[in-house]
Amino acid sequence: MMAAATATRRRQTLQQRRWTIMPATYLIAIVLVGITLAPLLFVAVDGFRTNADINSSPIGVPHPWVLSNYTSILGTAPFWQFLGNSALVAVVATTMAVVLGSMAAFALSRYQFPGREAIFTLFISGLLFPLGVAALPLYLLLQHLGLLDNQLGLAVVEAAFALPVTMLIMRGFMRAIPGELEDAALVDGAGKLRFFVRILVPLSRPALVTVSLLAFVGSWNTYLLPLLIFTTPSHFTLPLGVATYQTQFSTNTAAILAFTAIAAIPALGVFMFAERYLVAGAAGAVKG
Amino acid sequence: MTTTQSAAATGSPVAAVPRPSRGRRRLRLRKKLELTFLLTPALVLFVGFVLVPVVIAAWYSLYNYNGFGPLNDFVGLHNYKLAWNDPIFINAVEHTLVLTGLSLAIQLPLSLALALLLNRDFRGRSFMRLVVFAPYVLPPAVTAVMWSLMLQPSGFVDQVMKALGLGGEVQLWLANIHLVLYTNFLVLTWQYIGFGIVLLLAGLQGIPVELKEAAAIDGATPWQVTRRITIPLLGPTIRIWVFLTVIGSLQVFDIVWILTGGGPGHSSMTMVTYMILAGFRSLYIGYGTALAVIIFAFCFVFSLLYQRFALRRDTAGALTRAVE
Repeated sequence: MMAAATATRRRQTLQQRRWTIMPATYLIAIVLVGITLAPLLFVAVDGFRTNADINSSPIGVPHPWVLSNYTSILGTAPFWQFLGNSALVAVVATTMAVVLGSMAAFALSRYQFPGREAIFTLFISGLLFPLGVAALPLYLLLQHLGLLDNQLGLAVVEAAFALPVTMLIMRGFMRAIPGELEDAALVDGAGKLRFFVRILVPLSRPALVTVSLLAFVGSWNTYLLPLLIFTTPSHFTLPLGVATYQTQFSTNTAAILAFTAIAAIPALGVFMFAERYLVAGAAGAVKG
Repeated sequence: MTTTQSAAATGSPVAAVPRPSRGRRRLRLRKKLELTFLLTPALVLFVGFVLVPVVIAAWYSLYNYNGFGPLNDFVGLHNYKLAWNDPIFINAVEHTLVLTGLSLAIQLPLSLALALLLNRDFRGRSFMRLVVFAPYVLPPAVTAVMWSLMLQPSGFVDQVMKALGLGGEVQLWLANIHLVLYTNFLVLTWQYIGFGIVLLLAGLQGIPVELKEAAAIDGATPWQVTRRITIPLLGPTIRIWVFLTVIGSLQVFDIVWILTGGGPGHSSMTMVTYMILAGFRSLYIGYGTALAVIIFAFCFVFSLLYQRFALRRDTAGALTRAVE
């Protein structure tokens, strides 16, 4: 009786508190959404303006609405080339990082051998060598290998730099899978590799999705290394293409706006569909 | 904790059964082959493209080299002395440290407050989370081009400020040498604040509700619960965020490069933008690689110290294990 009464009273005070807090919460929430979305909306909407309209009044409703900025970008080769290059590099880099990273994570989580922790530590030390800082020596390395101005050269580098995080998450996940499953598979006559391919990989799907997305987004967003290694415009990736487009057509603001808006769509699209996996990746970073 | 678990996992029952030694030798050989097959590709990739560049940087930094011809003008530590006496580089270090300090001083409290807010139960919460996290996944190059358009004189930002009655505060955001570093910081914050919020939200979800309820029943005010229970329990998350943010801030490039190129003058030059400017644009490759080594050293020393003094407590943190 007593407990129930206090609980009711507590619920009432909580409810009262909620009514006083809520307006402030919503106000802050609206401001936050505004600051986050306004730039994106501005870019998308102003892509529908003419340059004269942008110069006279960059906010408000376009007058007149023109489609030509968007259609001219979508109708010419560069945008699709940039998009195709980004997709190619990201797919190759992600596949390499995830396949090789999972294999190594399997070896480092389900085998017992001397030097195991040392090898893992070596991989994890890669977290301290960010791609941005390594860009200049990487340029020299790719030059030696004859891989400058080559999309696959970029993809291999990005795969290598995605390995540490991939292995960190995959090893943690694979370790948590009970040993009994493995014992059962071995008793049934399956080899360790077969256990890996047939049982462990399918079971690791949530972790695989997360590491794939992290590798993909990382590759998709890279700007510095492409800036150094690519000289042929038809090899450019999307971020490099957007930045170059801005310097090339600096007077045609409307076209740059439209291009930027279109360039933002793939990343936002992937994000809409994969948000919870990316959040899981962020959470995974906390748990290690 | 994890070691015992995996020992149990890998204690193969097959090995436990007594067998003729030939069979056991075959098993051992097989294990060796399997391990070679599984580990070699990743090791080759990692060593070749992550570790070798570090060695290359250290090697080239000892030479005077402009990218052409043989590497034969050995100058010892001259490039490092040059960096020490290069006022532009010293400025770039200062700017980078200012950006790092601002990130910690402003983004941390802000993302903490917003995470606490978004952790509340209210309508539209999941939409809010989605929106707040979105800028983080945009390519920084796209963010930078976007903001450079908006920050042009009488561009979008100026017009919005005028509309809000702040017309008197309008500045030359990208041209005022006293302001441009902070403009860069605002754009960086716009892009990266969502990451902090999402990380802290994930940490908040890990805090048992019972703890807060118990404190509330004992008469603690909401502020006391937040201050004494929630924030201390978020410690590991906050420490990881600080780590990632400092490492990220030390290597800021994309946004600064596109927004201002480190200018005007050198007023927004950061360490990595200067490294690219000197080492790539001006082809002082020897000098540029020396700068790369110095930036590595910054990241490395920070990581070591941080793991020694701050992350040590989070024994579950994989980064801690990596260096100790």
